Amino acid sequence: MPETNGHNGQPPAGGANSGGDGNGGGGKLANVIAGAKAVHAKAHEELKETLKAPEKTDVWKSVLRVKHDETPRSRALGVLSNVFLHLHPAKINRDAVAYKYTWGMGGMTFYVYITLVFTGTLLMFYYHPSKVVAFRDILYLENDVPFGKLLRNMHRWGAHLMVIMVELHMFRVFLTGSYKKPREFNWVVGVLLLVLTLLLSFTGYLLPDDQLGFWAVTVGTNMARATPLLGHAGPFGPQLGMTPFNDVRFGLLGGSIVDSNALLRAYIWHCVAIPIIASLFMIVHFWRVRKDGGISGPAPVQLEREMKEPRKL
Amino acid sequence: MDLHQLWTILSTPDNVPIVLLLFVVPFYTWYGLRQAFANDRLIAELEANPEMAKTHHRKVQPYKQGWAKEVHVWPYLLRIEFLAAIIVTVILIVWSITLNAPLEEPSNPTLTMNPSKAPWYFLGLQEMLVYFDPWMAGVVMPSLIIIGLMAIPYIDANPLGNGYYTFKQRKFSILTFIFGFIVLWVSMIVIGTLIRGPGWMWFWPGTTWDHNRLIFEVNRDLPDIFGITGRIGKIVFGAIVIALYVAAAALLIHKLITRTEFNRKIYKRMSVLQYVVMQTFLVIMLSLPVKILARQLFRIKYVWVTPWFNI
Repeated sequence: MPETNGHNGQPPAGGANSGGDGNGGGGKLANVIAGAKAVHAKAHEELKETLKAPEKTDVWKSVLRVKHDETPRSRALGVLSNVFLHLHPAKINRDAVAYKYTWGMGGMTFYVYITLVFTGTLLMFYYHPSKVVAFRDILYLENDVPFGKLLRNMHRWGAHLMVIMVELHMFRVFLTGSYKKPREFNWVVGVLLLVLTLLLSFTGYLLPDDQLGFWAVTVGTNMARATPLLGHAGPFGPQLGMTPFNDVRFGLLGGSIVDSNALLRAYIWHCVAIPIIASLFMIVHFWRVRKDGGISGPAPVQLEREMKEPRKL
Repeated sequence: MDLHQLWTILSTPDNVPIVLLLFVVPFYTWYGLRQAFANDRLIAELEANPEMAKTHHRKVQPYKQGWAKEVHVWPYLLRIEFLAAIIVTVILIVWSITLNAPLEEPSNPTLTMNPSKAPWYFLGLQEMLVYFDPWMAGVVMPSLIIIGLMAIPYIDANPLGNGYYTFKQRKFSILTFIFGFIVLWVSMIVIGTLIRGPGWMWFWPGTTWDHNRLIFEVNRDLPDIFGITGRIGKIVFGAIVIALYVAAAALLIHKLITRTEFNRKIYKRMSVLQYVVMQTFLVIMLSLPVKILARQLFRIKYVWVTPWFNI
């Protein structure tokens, strides 16, 4: 009996039980101890093997799916068969990995976006989008929540950093002419992402419900009342029946002034709607980078005399 | 010289990104243009020497016969991405430890902030409010900026400079973008952040923000300067002035587009639609500095006065 127990890898307790319900006596006890020692030795052996070559265990294989070794094929598979890394190609233009060409702004923007989603989610645990408690929640966050101040600071500065990085990314893409054929449409998606980034930052501005955010959003949304045709103070707005209570600004704020409805709307746009829309556009953006032939360069320079004739419309 | 005032403005937490922008934008402009000039030297060399052009690898990056054109993403790219992520994290955490996010008093609709400023990335638009009515500065112009940016790939008929830095082969487009991005967008953000004070008045850096300051400046409408008083007269006069501006600006832009031999070549490749769209956006973009000059030099408020809108 002890042998079978050891063979199955059962804990020694099983052996002790089977000993306890039997005849009793010194011989039995010695058997149990010997069995336990055998199990222990076997477990030790198995553990040693696992530590020596963890990649050979079933658990490891089930997680990573493919074998990894020092071959070029394996390196490529390591990227291509990984859900987080498969955005990358297996190989890339040797000069494109230098920081000089890309400035790394697109990738860093995405990374900052991820940190913003992370810190933002944590902030949501402490924040109620209600005029009564919103400001007090920020005070609570700053003074009582462990690392709450750091969390809010990281979210704030991360947002500013993201806006700067997006603009620099666009600058680089323009300077390298990367919007040219076949990447025209991806530039359009990029412009939309820039707008969404600005909107994300702007909707977040109101949420602390302090004077800074309140007046910034008041100034910002006051422009909406001057929208041509759709605003009550814009050209041809009054002629079309626009009033402060039915125009586009009313729709943005959920009221005619920046108040509790505006706070709730800003919160939902900021935390749910725009992140989802932006994520969708990011998926398209990254997908198109790959489908349009990967990153644009550094490409070999073209000469003027090699310009091809324009295609006919 | 009020250094304390200057420090107050520069060290306001939400202004720190602008201070960062003041360093980062010139740096990356230099960084990009330096590579552009390096490529331009190579291009000039290859243009002059067709034999060399046939065999050259056509990059300024180091090159040796037999080097693989591509490298593995793992580890050559992923290690850089990992490093970049760590560096950004460190910067963000250090920045967050050393500088607190701003938090003012609880919002109070009865107490207006003076100056009451939009977030820094919209300060260019807020600065535009000085020169245009809100429907222009706040709605039409931003929409046109977005649409105009989206149109860029479709109106740029120049096939050169695709995937490498160059200045010589894309002078017009690069100068236009730098004009729009740095001269208009970034510098107006800087003006809105660092120079505009209480009452949105102009305070040079180092002067004290005087909340009681009054400026006695009478802004005039252009029709009034010419003594036109009737409603119809003003509408017609404004329309004529705007038409004249559009014609003059379009002519100037056309001259710029067809100035050099190379530019004329590109111009010939453009379709009529491409040309018209490009002219439209450039004429509207140019109207901003023109209006700024008209206001700053001649105190002109509106050019076209109508009962429905003013420009």
